[in-house]
Amino acid sequence: MTLSDIFGRLSLDSLPFVTFLLDPSLNEAIASGAGGVVVLGGLVVFIGLTKYRLWGPLWRDWLTSTDHKKIGIMYIVFALVMMTRGVIEGVVMRTQQAFGLDGGFLAADHFAQLFSTHGTIMIFFVAMPFVAGFINYVMPLQIGARDVAFPVMNQISLGLTVASGVMLMVSLVVGKFSTGGWSAYPPYTGAAFNPGVGPDYWIWAIVVSGVASTLSGINFATTIYKMRAPGMTFMRMPLFTWTVVCASILMIFALPPLNAAALLLGLDRYMDFHFFTNDLGGNMMNYANLFWLFGHPEVYLLVLPAYGIFSEVFSTYSAKRLYGYPSLVIATMSIAVLSFTVWLHHFFTMGQSALINAAFGIATMLIAVPTGVKVYDWMATLYRGRIRFSVPMIYGIGFLVLFVIGGLTGVILANPTIDYQVHNSLFLVAHFHNVLIPGVLFGLLAGYSYWFPKAFGFRLNEKLGRRAALLWIVGFTVTFFPLYFVGLMGMPRRSFSYADPAFVPYMIVAVIGAFCIFSALMTMLWQLKVSIAERDQNRVPIGDPWDGRTLEWSIPAPPPEYNFAIVPDVKERDDFAEAKVAGQAYQPHGAYEDIEVPKNTPIGILLCVLSGVWMFALVWWIWWLAIASTLAMLLAVIVWSFDIHNERVIPAEEVRRDHEAWLKRIGDTRPVNRDHEHDPANLGLAQTELGPEPEGESALNTQQGAPQGVKP
Amino acid sequence: MSQTDSNLHPGLNLVGHPDVHHDSSGTIIFGFWVFLMSDLVFFGVMFAIYITMIGATAGGPGPRELFDFTSLGLQTAALLVSSLTAGMASLALKYEQGRTRLVGWLLLTLVLGIAFLVLEVRDFLSMVAQGGGPWRSGYLSAFFGLVPLHGLHVTMGCVWLVVLLFQMQIFGLVPVVKTRLMRFALFWHFLDLIWVGIFSVVYFGGWVYG
Repeated sequence: MTLSDIFGRLSLDSLPFVTFLLDPSLNEAIASGAGGVVVLGGLVVFIGLTKYRLWGPLWRDWLTSTDHKKIGIMYIVFALVMMTRGVIEGVVMRTQQAFGLDGGFLAADHFAQLFSTHGTIMIFFVAMPFVAGFINYVMPLQIGARDVAFPVMNQISLGLTVASGVMLMVSLVVGKFSTGGWSAYPPYTGAAFNPGVGPDYWIWAIVVSGVASTLSGINFATTIYKMRAPGMTFMRMPLFTWTVVCASILMIFALPPLNAAALLLGLDRYMDFHFFTNDLGGNMMNYANLFWLFGHPEVYLLVLPAYGIFSEVFSTYSAKRLYGYPSLVIATMSIAVLSFTVWLHHFFTMGQSALINAAFGIATMLIAVPTGVKVYDWMATLYRGRIRFSVPMIYGIGFLVLFVIGGLTGVILANPTIDYQVHNSLFLVAHFHNVLIPGVLFGLLAGYSYWFPKAFGFRLNEKLGRRAALLWIVGFTVTFFPLYFVGLMGMPRRSFSYADPAFVPYMIVAVIGAFCIFSALMTMLWQLKVSIAERDQNRVPIGDPWDGRTLEWSIPAPPPEYNFAIVPDVKERDDFAEAKVAGQAYQPHGAYEDIEVPKNTPIGILLCVLSGVWMFALVWWIWWLAIASTLAMLLAVIVWSFDIHNERVIPAEEVRRDHEAWLKRIGDTRPVNRDHEHDPANLGLAQTELGPEPEGESALNTQQGAPQGVKP
Repeated sequence: MSQTDSNLHPGLNLVGHPDVHHDSSGTIIFGFWVFLMSDLVFFGVMFAIYITMIGATAGGPGPRELFDFTSLGLQTAALLVSSLTAGMASLALKYEQGRTRLVGWLLLTLVLGIAFLVLEVRDFLSMVAQGGGPWRSGYLSAFFGLVPLHGLHVTMGCVWLVVLLFQMQIFGLVPVVKTRLMRFALFWHFLDLIWVGIFSVVYFGGWVYG
């Protein structure tokens, strides 16, 4: 038995610390410094948990929990950790390009790793888990459910997502990540041109997180179709939940092509297949089609829930019913369907006929129509509302202005003749950041401020939140608008260096913006720290700090494990708002029942660890370990399936006691009006400013209930 | 997707079984249908790849040299009959014809599934022996990407069935085992459907157009 039987292709040279010792350049220093930060961060967390004896609570209350709310929070924590890395990578890349005239300080290969990990992380390990976290936390509360349809599968999805994200962290410390960009086009990422471990890290991280997202989609769709509270018909669902329906459909149908693309690339690399190779009949266009067959629905998968968050934010902070609800639902559904018909616009220049390009160009422009409908609906919601400029609303206004600009540049790019000029340039980079940051990220950050008090029972610091929001908006604008210009001037994307001095001023402006974004992120972390420190002055135990409209605001903050002491009987859209107007919110109830909740199980964290080992073994060709961890995963699932008594009962008496204590507390609390929303006096009981809808508008908005009632 | 009392989810329902919690079984089986839809997209993608790769033999052997329709006929027969026996098992479950009958039909399903797998693996080995392994050409890569994927599903189905037989022995026909049996039946019929596609598109289509 040789060493390579045991360790595969893993050797001491795989560690960046060793390569730094052999070649002490600035480039290697940055690489090994980044690896060092990962190791150090892991150590700090480990020591902290041990010192404060938190391993037990972490295991009992979080890692083995099947509560959708805790799983949602863990998704978001994971997304924020990964976002910190992604933002830092962005700043490093902007810095490199600012000094990139004839050189810069990074090696070309290192820069390529940076843009590959930045893209992969931001899409798969920031945006996806961030969105999944909100869906997990909010959607069951909005439809009046006590959990998702498959709580254990939910836990497994989280475990697999985290394991694949950890692979990207591991790639900083052991070996190198792919240099093939986030889309990893073969044949460049094939074995012939890239024999190292980089593309393999990408493949397995994508496959495992792709499986996790597919399972999440199945879970969310089933939850919405089957577990809505009585009376919660489709046309009474909050708009965020509607966008989750669409996002789940996209997860179910769009993730399989990605999994196929990555797995077939894996077969090419590991077993000498010829799907995408240059020789023996391989065809890389199949990869491009598969990848974008996923890739385009993916952007709507991310942005639709963000639209949903903004819809909730705009109506809550305008104290008005959402304008044009049926049209927003139809627009959301149209976007979900259209998103499957446009994938080819990602490769207009790759050789198909002009007719095909024209067809996909027109389909792409069509998406602007439902999106435009939405923008008008949101503006009409704001119109004559009593608007409060709280943090989510600042993100919302930034979104409305900037996202429309991003959408318009998208319509420009949808024209194949123009695309031939600007494709693969920084114009494209500016465009997709312009939709992803103001669209997806601002939506998620707005949701973070909006639902934080619901999840943790206290409000975030408003002043620092406003600062962070403004820094995000300014930072984004200063970073990415110059890129439109250099893109039109012909600067290609993904270049670590360039020879034209005309680009330099724009690159310097962009790097200033990048540091602005970095300080926005730091402000957010600071805000979190400050808010935790002063949490006692900002508690909102009653649970409705913003005069909210949907069911999640009708329960305590943080909500009990079973969400609803009594499953609500929904009578109309925005049921909680209508109940407040009628003075019938918080009615005492009599009929409490025993509530079954799923027991804790370690299967999710076990599969997290095992799939991590499995991926590592495959990347480094440690075959014995790969086989062993495959069998272990199979065995773990089989053994788990024998544990059929996995429910725990919360007695009706306990539910009654907690619920009545909360009702009593409501009786003792003084409601606050919207002028004192950010005062310590806001204990989460809103003196509602919602009134009956004016005649003219309610005529537009009365189509509630049955889906066939969708008429303008 | 009507939600009347007699039909909680598409396919065979266990209405009238007092021990099956209707709401939860409806939810679970609906979720499984959604999973099958997602899996179908995966297969659909693989079919599309196969169709684009017909002819990309790069001078290597093609369908006419490699396919053995006698063996394929036997495989098809084994799998289609196993779908019938799985259906009989579902009926035995629904009309409570006794556990012996149910186990009998399931064992027959398992044997036919294994027979299918043995014949299929024999075919693969013979293709490789004739120089038709997946590494020979893009066409053969596409073939070996799709057909063994179905075989892998059948294998997992067999493992699942064995686990279920044990669980029936240990727990008896408790509700959770019943809904698992119903999901297994859906999975098994689904694999039959895929096989019909494979026979028509991969083997027959390949033979005609390859």
